Amino acid sequence: MSIAYKSEVRVDAFDKVTGRTKYYEDLIPADALYVRIKHAEIAHGFVKKIDTDAAEKIPGVVKVLTCFDVPDIPFPTAGHPWSMDPSHQDVADRYLLNQHVHYWGDDIAVVIAEDEVSASQGVRALKVEYEELPFVLDVLKAMEPGAPQLHEKYPNNILKHTSMTKGDYKKAIEEPGLIKVEGWYDTPTVQHCHIENHGCFAYEENGRMTVVSSTQIPHIIRRVVGQALGRSWGNIRIIKPYIGGGFGNKQDALYEPLCAWCCTQVGGRCVRVICSREETFVSNRVRHAMRIHLVTWLTPDGSIAARKVECFSNQGAYASHGHSICAKAMGSFAQHYPCAHMECDAYTVFTNRPTAGAMRGYGMPQASFADESNIEDCAEAVGMDPMEFRNKNIMPQGFVDGFSKNENFYDTYRECMAKGAAYVDYEKKRAEYANDTGPIRRGIGLATFWYNTGVYPISLETSSNRMLLNLDGTVTMQCGETEIGQGADTAYAQMTAEAIGLASYRDVNVVSCQDTDITPTGLGAYASRQTYMAGFSISQTAALLKEKILKHAQALTRQAPLNLDIVDGYVVRKDDNRRLMSLSELAMTVQYDPVNSDHITAESTYTIRNNAYSFGCTFAEVEVNIPMCKVTVTRMVNVHDCGRLINPALAEAQVHGGMSMAIGFGASEQLLFDERNGKPLNNNLLDYKLSTFMDHPRLEALFIENPEPTSPFGTKALGEPPACSGAPAIRNAIKQATGVAIDHIPINPQVLYAELVKAGVIHDEWQEV
Amino acid sequence: MSAQYKLVRFNLNGKEVEKMVDVRASLTDMLRNDFRMTSVKKGCEVGECGACNVLIDGEAFNSCIYLAIWAEGKKIQTLESLLGPGGELSDIQEAFVEETAIQCGFCTPGFIMTTVEILNAGKLYSDEELRRLLAGHLCRCTGYENIFRAVKKVMYRRLGKELPEA
Repeated sequence: MSIAYKSEVRVDAFDKVTGRTKYYEDLIPADALYVRIKHAEIAHGFVKKIDTDAAEKIPGVVKVLTCFDVPDIPFPTAGHPWSMDPSHQDVADRYLLNQHVHYWGDDIAVVIAEDEVSASQGVRALKVEYEELPFVLDVLKAMEPGAPQLHEKYPNNILKHTSMTKGDYKKAIEEPGLIKVEGWYDTPTVQHCHIENHGCFAYEENGRMTVVSSTQIPHIIRRVVGQALGRSWGNIRIIKPYIGGGFGNKQDALYEPLCAWCCTQVGGRCVRVICSREETFVSNRVRHAMRIHLVTWLTPDGSIAARKVECFSNQGAYASHGHSICAKAMGSFAQHYPCAHMECDAYTVFTNRPTAGAMRGYGMPQASFADESNIEDCAEAVGMDPMEFRNKNIMPQGFVDGFSKNENFYDTYRECMAKGAAYVDYEKKRAEYANDTGPIRRGIGLATFWYNTGVYPISLETSSNRMLLNLDGTVTMQCGETEIGQGADTAYAQMTAEAIGLASYRDVNVVSCQDTDITPTGLGAYASRQTYMAGFSISQTAALLKEKILKHAQALTRQAPLNLDIVDGYVVRKDDNRRLMSLSELAMTVQYDPVNSDHITAESTYTIRNNAYSFGCTFAEVEVNIPMCKVTVTRMVNVHDCGRLINPALAEAQVHGGMSMAIGFGASEQLLFDERNGKPLNNNLLDYKLSTFMDHPRLEALFIENPEPTSPFGTKALGEPPACSGAPAIRNAIKQATGVAIDHIPINPQVLYAELVKAGVIHDEWQEV
Repeated sequence: MSAQYKLVRFNLNGKEVEKMVDVRASLTDMLRNDFRMTSVKKGCEVGECGACNVLIDGEAFNSCIYLAIWAEGKKIQTLESLLGPGGELSDIQEAFVEETAIQCGFCTPGFIMTTVEILNAGKLYSDEELRRLLAGHLCRCTGYENIFRAVKKVMYRRLGKELPEA
């Protein structure tokens, strides 16, 4: 009986459903001081002076620290594995507090106080003198000559520009008879909006620094705190308790370095930094807004002859994850729809917006919106059905990417589309909706995506874990790959039980809380990597543990190890399946052996040198209320091939969440800025339109389980993929309903109104007057 | 004691309690800091997200925009009250577990307390009505789908009716 590949209840379900689960804020010692941050109220310029007198006089205020007090150590924040090659290290452009203000909301001072009210009053009492500079918010304007410059080292604000060419694009487009489909596709600045805001607290103990943080990447945070404070890395301990969602925002060093530094400035007393929702929107990370230019050249029979891709990624104020996101977006096109002649360029550009970092999908939701909007219009240009056009041009079975060595082992794309189309009755609906002409018009849209599993070969992929056989025959397992809500711990428990041969996943105690003093080194939750990557180290460490157990079993049962196995928590003789002893009996006998006592453990690291393609598609149905310019998503179905499902119920839940994020990305979410001063306008959950229960149709997830041959468990990426194809599917459904191709999201009523007027679908008499 | 503090007496999860509180404190702060009710979560502190939801005299409120001193004489119920004496889960909690309606768990307590209020009405709501009743809570993990399934399942179970096919 298999333990993996089953819908088991989450290991943390009981505590979460009773409110007992401890998040960082539930663990803060009562005497911890409050740190409140003073955020800049200009978009660009220099802090000339901060008058702290009034703040320091407020009872309860312990200390005021400003951008003139911090160490002169620039540090990087991206949650990437460190690289020993200096040319691959992240850009170190951050200070704990900043004299040079790069965006409205930049951190310029802190007030440390005994209570929250005094800290807030202290921040309000600071008097700041600025020297204001011109600012720029738009990615293309930031590249223009004479644009305001953010960072000295980066002329024209270009953090990085990379190119990729294939064949001879310029020559290829001269072929007579080609049909050109060109578009500019714009995606908005959006925020992760995990319901738990980021925060952390720090204290010194016996001269060592401990930071407890709401983070996805405890081991990486240890390195960044060390770098930022100029402190030796082993002197720092990071603890990650349960966290209330992350989605990539917490795959960055946020306020851990500042919190740790504040702690050192008050003699090692415990200090807490708690982000408000308003701060989370602006002073954490956001998703890169991108402007993508595509020129696709088609032969009359509907093949792609050549393609030009230009991606312009709005990095905001600081480098954070930087160019890796735009590079990933650019790289997606040549694999999604391979063609002989391509010219691709990716630009990551600083602007005076909040810093963009990792967010679920890491450039793919943006690329997918551009790609799948353009492909939809290509199908129309050659008079083909959108699905037929995709089937003809999409990455074929057997395709191998030269860089990642990823292989499309199955005919997955076509399988996913066929399954989804049959399920939603795509062809019939498409025909039926084509005739809608009234005020309410229906449409059905399709979009596809691909996604990598982890970061190999761009960065290191490694996973370590430790297993201990307990005296009752259960196993305690620790690894550095983190639970952030997705259900990773439950998957690890199932995989561990399966690999060792325990009776139930409940016989595995996965130590959820990572503590860098104790937990084997891991990289953390990002890149949809964990189930795949941990799978390697779990199977390897389980094999080591099993070998030790069977060696003891040999001594105790006289049977040859090759003829022994572990099944359902018992050592069995393979030849006759006889249970020779339970693991508990074995562990007790060995532990309490008066001559050769042993506690049976195994620990190992596996360096993963593989990646895996994950695939899927979305079918969306909409009703467009033409007079109201309102789109209602009436149905949404995602089909995924992420290999074998370790826990189908959790996989389905993961897909729902990604689909929800995609609906927001396509239809309602965007962080807005005042063009006059760069101030964010809607950095709260009332004005920023996160989808609610009312904005969702029933969400449905289907799977095709083609086993991934490179994974010991046959599995691959699912964390981020569900967020990738929803927005273009909605756009394409709206196109079918209205006949209007809208190339910028979110397609909210304001956007739809303007587009419908422009296309002549509605006539605004008021405008005509 | 200055006018900044006031004694507030109320019933918390079936027990009469009293506390001196800062008159500026929210009910969220009092429940978390003075009574260690960790189920009361802070996601926005301005009544947008619903994570701090508790029942006040049976009605769901965002406790972050309800002053602690207003609790005087009230019956306050948090998620902690739902657990049976031997650690038994309530039918709503069971359903959230069964339907995989929990991910990061941060919005979960608020959703469950609103579900208590909704289902205490003893009515059979349409899908549309249920969605509207639950719309005061934000969740970023689940897409609301499994939460919806869980609530609907208990609603039908309590009314002794068979759950219709989705």
